[in-house]
Amino acid sequence: MSYRFNPDSEKRFSKLMEMFPDKRSVILPGLYLLQKEKGYVDREGMAYLAEKIGPPISLAQVYGVATFYTLYNKKPVGKYHIQICGTSSCYMRGSDKIEEHICSELGIKTGQTTKDGKFTVEEVECLGACGYAPMVQINDAYYENLTNEKVDELLRSLD
Amino acid sequence: MAEMKILTKYIDDPRSNELEFYESVHGYDGMKKALQLKPEEIVDIVKKSGLRGRGGAGFPTGMKWSFIPKDIPKPKYIICNADEGEPGTFKDRKLIEKLPHQIIEGMVIGARAIGANKGFFYIRGEFNKGIDSMQKAIDEAYAKGYLGKDIQGSGFDFDLVLYAGAGAYICGEETALINSLEGRRGHPRLKPPFPAVSGLYRCPTVVNNVETFSTVPHILDKGADWYSKIGTEKSPGTRLFSVSGHVKRPGVYEIVLGTPLMELINDLCGGMLDDVPLKAVIPGGSSVPILTAEECKTANMDFESMAAHKTMLGSGAVIVIGEGTDLVETTYRFARFYAHESCGQCTPCREGTHWVRDLLHKIREGEGTSEDLELILSLSRNMEGGTTICPLSDACVGAVRPTIQKFRHEFEAKLKDRAKAPSPVASGV
Repeated sequence: MSYRFNPDSEKRFSKLMEMFPDKRSVILPGLYLLQKEKGYVDREGMAYLAEKIGPPISLAQVYGVATFYTLYNKKPVGKYHIQICGTSSCYMRGSDKIEEHICSELGIKTGQTTKDGKFTVEEVECLGACGYAPMVQINDAYYENLTNEKVDELLRSLD
Repeated sequence: MAEMKILTKYIDDPRSNELEFYESVHGYDGMKKALQLKPEEIVDIVKKSGLRGRGGAGFPTGMKWSFIPKDIPKPKYIICNADEGEPGTFKDRKLIEKLPHQIIEGMVIGARAIGANKGFFYIRGEFNKGIDSMQKAIDEAYAKGYLGKDIQGSGFDFDLVLYAGAGAYICGEETALINSLEGRRGHPRLKPPFPAVSGLYRCPTVVNNVETFSTVPHILDKGADWYSKIGTEKSPGTRLFSVSGHVKRPGVYEIVLGTPLMELINDLCGGMLDDVPLKAVIPGGSSVPILTAEECKTANMDFESMAAHKTMLGSGAVIVIGEGTDLVETTYRFARFYAHESCGQCTPCREGTHWVRDLLHKIREGEGTSEDLELILSLSRNMEGGTTICPLSDACVGAVRPTIQKFRHEFEAKLKDRAKAPSPVASGV
């Protein structure tokens, strides 16, 4: 198998294998390690993870888990992954207008990635920030109480 | 009216998440007291306090703990459910980011009460800031001997592991959470057996919410009597409410249970945004029946009053809706949420949530007919009341049907064949 974890992930993985009474529990955090390395989880990485955890864990089981959860990207995303919450509390505070604004600024539609690979825009379900709506998550961080002006400033600050 | 801050007293201090600060404000005192007690004495105190679970179902916490079998050789586990994801709900995130030690303390007390030597903090994967805050607090607690072997010389061992979910709302349901922690798809399990008998790794397991664990140290520190005197008889204590929507000051507020809903909106949240009139309130997260402005006038924030108004406190999320809001659109967006989050195990939910979403989309686009509206109501009867393993499809019904029933004229106004539809007067609105 050609794919290998980098030394840091390898160390984390070994720690994970000792942490749980059943090694199957390592699938979710193991997928996060893969995603951290590559930005998304692919078949090669999943097969590698299955083999590392060892029988009875198979590629099918890792694949089944990865496809159930939305936070594992099954395909590459842009350098900045903009996730706009469009659930009702955010909608009531204007998330649809923020979404329109972001898309028009970037010249793409929801679900697309800019040609330079810098931005991917997605509309997602509740991010649990309903009181600070409208909001977006960009990679690991939340940006809340957004206005068009704040969005412009935010997009400019990302390079 | 003022807030009554017990859990959130120090939340605004910039050092609230640090161990040293937490200790300086009587942090870990409740745990130290608990470690001197027998496990059954801890369970009794929590039972006497009347504390009800703050995750949504409102089940008495002490009773839940007492279901753990005592003399079986299997290990026991305790899990903190920090997979907060109900639309409208964002209270736990604050506790996780700002007061992680309070949660750890509650978990150690709970672990001691049920005899668990290992626990898991299952947090929703999107909460990166919370994940960092909690991991740092866990490390600090280990270094200080509040976690690990022989805690404070009591002979009690307890290990705590943080586990990040990966973006599935259903994992807030305790058996789905357990499956997820076992490295599986988050499919809810049939009950019985209940987790207290066969939970994580088929061992006895207790799952409690972040706010529930955060309350426990205060009960141990100040006593069951002190706690049970706050609030109403059947809903003792304070509770955190996360208010979103059309108010001037949305946010998280800790108030005494039994406080009138309108006081929360008008006094604490500063009233309606742009002074628009109140149209409706969803008082406990997207899955609970909506209240009309008229009903809000008599509703109090406690389990009993909400039941009398045929709704629930649920996850403590108050969604305030102002006049001018398109309820067809908000209802469609709730249905879309449930369709997206259905795990797909049970047909009534897998098919029903998507069907309801599609019908609402049709109506929202002005392409729906009165038959479509009737079909939603008919479908909803097959999606509730135990036709599925877990209550996610019931939750979808809770988000859709009462709104159609109470604001039917709004849905009818968007129907393509509205001339044929019963007039608002005829339908009793």
